Formats: sequence, C-alpha cells, structure tokens
Amino acid sequence: MTVLLFAGVAERVGARRLAVEVAPGDRVRDVRDRLVAAHPQLEPFLPTLRYALDEEYADEDTPVPAGATLALIPPVSGG
Amino acid sequence: MLIRVTDAPLDPSEAIAAVASPAAGAIDVFLGVVRNENLGRTVDHLVYEAYPSMAEREMEAIAREACARFGVIDCAILHRTGRLAIGETSLVAAVSSGHRAEAFAACRWIVDELKRRVPIWKKEVWSDGEEWIEGPEALERPAPAPPR
Repeated sequence: MTVLLFAGVAERVGARRLAVEVAPGDRVRDVRDRLVAAHPQLEPFLPTLRYALDEEYADEDTPVPAGATLALIPPVSGG
Repeated sequence: MLIRVTDAPLDPSEAIAAVASPAAGAIDVFLGVVRNENLGRTVDHLVYEAYPSMAEREMEAIAREACARFGVIDCAILHRTGRLAIGETSLVAAVSSGHRAEAFAACRWIVDELKRRVPIWKKEVWSDGEEWIEGPEALERPAPAPPR
C-alpha cells in the first residue's frame, strides 16, 4: 500500500511517500508497526500521530482495505 | 460553499462574494495572517504544507457542519500553502447569516475546528533556524474577556 508522509515526519524520514506490504486482515497498527521497524525515525512521532485511510481519519484498530492509501498525520497547525 | 486549498494568494472579496445572499443580514470574515513573532522569536516567514485533497474534504465537512449547527446561510473557507511572508493571508473564513450573532459564532467555530482537524501544517522559519509547529497552540489559550 502507499503511505503518505507530511511536514516534520516527511523531513525526518526523508520521504513523502513509502510503499509497504500489507497482509489480509491487517489493521492500521500492523502497518504502522512495520513502518516503524523499517524507519525507526518515526518512533518519536508515535504518541501524537493520527492516521487517515483514503482521506478519512481512522484509528489504530481500523482494518486496512486492499489498495488503500494510509496517511500519517502529525498534530495539525493550519490557520 | 466555496472551499479551496491553494498556493496562490487569497482574495477575501472572493469569499465574501461566494457567501453573499439576499437573505443575509450579516457576513462575518476572519483572516489568518502571518505574524512577525511567536513565543518570543522573530519569524522571518512561514511555510504551509497540506494534504490538499483531505484538507478540502475536512474543510467542506466543517462548513456543512457549521451551516447545520449554527443555522447560517453559507460558508467559505480558503487556505493557502507554500511560503508566506509576514502580513500575508494564510486563511479566509467567511460566513453569511440572517443576523450577526450566528455569523460570529459560526466563524469562530470554523477556525477553531480547522485548527483541530484539517491536515495542514506550518513551519516557522527564523533567521537562525526553523521548526514545524505541532498542534493548535492558540486553542490552549483562553478567549480574552470582552472589554467592559
């Protein structure tokens, strides 16, 4: 699946887009754990990180549909 | 309902025209503008980054919710991205309603809600460094008391 990174997270990882393998039955947290294993720089962001699946906020328990796009959303600061 | 995330300069009159209605007795407009300091540091400029498609979805949901919750006529929300100099407009929110109280309340709610959930981030750039701002710090400050 495609994972989108933004702002400080993108800078820290050095990428705005990552590809991750997803197994049937995976939830957001499974994908997140795989990402952190591959990119330990994500670790400090975890306590405040939110997630979006196909442009809608999702929590860690949400199942990941095949072909979905996951976005890692650090605390927002628009306005 | 005019909703847009863009890297082009924002024109408040476009938002005002978009919410205008014969039934409106009030149009309230909020502009977010780039300030030259934050927490004691001198800001040189800001850089805004968005997840544009999701940001517009969330802004549209907020506008719809504001119309339903406050009974206002129409809402427009525009947010700019990219590099913004001091004094430039980063956000325009406009609300039309029959009477002013609803427009004031809805406009304030829209801005607060945007700062909570719309996926847009700002980076402060100083003369000697830069930092992504995490979280709507202004929401943690209590609203100032009205003057007597």
